[in-house]
Amino acid sequence: MKRSLALLAASALALGGSFAARSTVPQSVSDAAIVTDAMPRTLSEYGFFTDEAGRVPSGILIPYELNTPLWSDGADKLRYLYVPDGAVVESDGAEGLGGLLQFPVGSAIIKTFAFGEGEDQRYIETRVLLHRADGWVALPYRWNEEQTEARLALAGARVPITTPDGEEISYRIPNKNQCKSCHALNDEITPIGPKVRNLSVQWLMQMEQVGLTKDVPIFVPTNGLRVGGPLMPDWRYSERTAPDVAARAYLDVNCAHCHQPGGGASNSGLDLRWQQRDPFAFGVGKPPVAAGRGAGGLLVSIEPGDPDASILVHRMNSAEPGVAMPELGRSTIDHQAVAVMRDWIAEMDQ
Amino acid sequence: MIKLPKVRLTAAALLLASAAPAWAETHTITPGEGAQERLQEALILAEPGDEIVLEAGHYVLTDGLSLDVDGVTVRGAGMDGTVLDFTTQEGSGEGLLVTSDDVTLRDFALENPQGDGIKSKGADNIVYYRIRVTWTNGPDAGNGAYGIYPVESTGVLVDGAKVTGASDAGIYVGQSNRITVRNSIAEANVAGIEIENSRNALVEHNIATRNTGGILIFDLPGLPVMGGGNVIVANNLVVANDTANFAPPGNIVAGVRRGTGIMVMANDNVLIEDNILQQNPTAPIMVIAYTQQFDDERYNPLPREVIVGANNYGVGGDDPQLEGAEMLLAAFGGALPPLMWDGLGSLSAVEGTRGWTLNLTEAGAGLGGANPSPLTAPVPEGEFNREGIGAPAELHARIL
Repeated sequence: MKRSLALLAASALALGGSFAARSTVPQSVSDAAIVTDAMPRTLSEYGFFTDEAGRVPSGILIPYELNTPLWSDGADKLRYLYVPDGAVVESDGAEGLGGLLQFPVGSAIIKTFAFGEGEDQRYIETRVLLHRADGWVALPYRWNEEQTEARLALAGARVPITTPDGEEISYRIPNKNQCKSCHALNDEITPIGPKVRNLSVQWLMQMEQVGLTKDVPIFVPTNGLRVGGPLMPDWRYSERTAPDVAARAYLDVNCAHCHQPGGGASNSGLDLRWQQRDPFAFGVGKPPVAAGRGAGGLLVSIEPGDPDASILVHRMNSAEPGVAMPELGRSTIDHQAVAVMRDWIAEMDQ
Repeated sequence: MIKLPKVRLTAAALLLASAAPAWAETHTITPGEGAQERLQEALILAEPGDEIVLEAGHYVLTDGLSLDVDGVTVRGAGMDGTVLDFTTQEGSGEGLLVTSDDVTLRDFALENPQGDGIKSKGADNIVYYRIRVTWTNGPDAGNGAYGIYPVESTGVLVDGAKVTGASDAGIYVGQSNRITVRNSIAEANVAGIEIENSRNALVEHNIATRNTGGILIFDLPGLPVMGGGNVIVANNLVVANDTANFAPPGNIVAGVRRGTGIMVMANDNVLIEDNILQQNPTAPIMVIAYTQQFDDERYNPLPREVIVGANNYGVGGDDPQLEGAEMLLAAFGGALPPLMWDGLGSLSAVEGTRGWTLNLTEAGAGLGGANPSPLTAPVPEGEFNREGIGAPAELHARIL
């Protein structure tokens, strides 16, 4: 059965939500733009959106959200997946970890960054990850002043922005290499966000029902969330989440793409992945290696019981280049995250 | 059909093109408006074999640059002619990041990067030739950590470089293999030249002066790559490394004593010979075990098979930044002998080398058990095996 029929059937079951939209707008995405070895100059060439302003996604796009997202100066993010007709998304097979979804060649992941509320909302950039035969390609597109076109911004750009917290900042659109800085693992570009553990159970169930995923294990937590478990917490409720669970989820999502073996910061020896169990590896009592002045005169990444003596807090609580971590993708401090780190470290056994 | 070179054939370009593959392109960048985007775009769009020429001038840059294409040469008009100025840098952890193999960086300078200068990570067979990295305000804890910073790479050649003002190490090679650092000047950094957790390194014909410590050969625990060794430190001028340590506390080099000439911590198979050591007031040569506690079964904290050959020792050890300095100076007649050992691991020295030892019996236990005495080290046996030490010949050939 063709995918479109399956989707029609699925929508007839009144799955509701955004999935239903898939049946009402015809597919218009250009598979050639995704898989051909080229860099389309404008976002519209992919046909991901039916209007030039990129506000109306093609019916074949699948919206998704993450339980714990990347900070990105508090930008609103509109995330979509595209999976080519007839293809399915699978699990990475790593049992119990809720790892990265495995997308077939021809898939695309689309993420628009926006600031401003309601009618004042402005798109700043749209980043695309394209799965081609020889691997993933990451490209940044910058929206124009008129909000009518997003053009390829290979070298990135700086854009003045007012953040939701009211800060006036110089927002950084990453260049193509900086996309890879975060998305490279063992020198191969890879998606970061859509890990099973960081997607909602409801969304995963919908994906399975419409036949877009196959054999992706879905975990319904019955006994609360735990660090390293199959499901990450919803960051909006971080204050009600156990501090270790919230903190480790945030570090996994915001830091671990570099801070893990094979990642961009592997030489630091700091491993901030969700599943890392060795306290030294995730920073407890660990002296800095190449932090330089970033260490702020502090002796270890995490000093149990003492957030103020912890380099991790110091660097997250800075917006100064050379000190601030992560070093890409933010110009402002995520105060909510800093508070969570402080709570987590404060309650650690000394 | 014959594939014509796309190079614009000016006389100069013709000369360059003769050494490059026929299809290689030259992309010329000029300073001025939009230099950030133009240069970064050229670094992204370059194809293997291409050369990016940075014309002489002052480039004001607001963000870190990066190169991820194999086989690219970035060439400026000399380390005083082409200056990439990062004084107003707003983002990124370094001035230039290289993550591809077979890259040649030559004849340009970086000034005041907010973090590190040039970092090359997992970038095999890289050449840094006549590169200058300067923090123009001199020694300052607020300066970036490393000037030239190759890490996790096989095949590294640093030649004719000059680094000033790094708050950690001027030229730092970490977790790498097959390394040569030569003909370079490291001045007024905390560590002048540091080889860390690396193997098969040759450090020769450099000048290290006004640093806190001149040349450091370290092996540290808890890193992905360990087991540093097979290092030659030869024919260097290590003079007046007397700048007070300005490293931010917490970093390993913050423990380096002002006035250290050549220092070996842990490592195995290190040869130190034919260096000129002058006016290094704590220790012209220091060989010690890792000083801190660690919990890493893979790690050996001792210096092993360290060989001190013939070196030229001038004034030194005359104002040591050591506990009990006055007593030590009195005991040794006003200046400490040029070779200091903590007594841990194994060390040999050519006949006539004057040294002293702390006679420690345990690594990482502090100086409590120190029982200083003159050193009688055994004489080195056999020839030092130089095979495989230094950058591969292909890297040297690139800058002939």
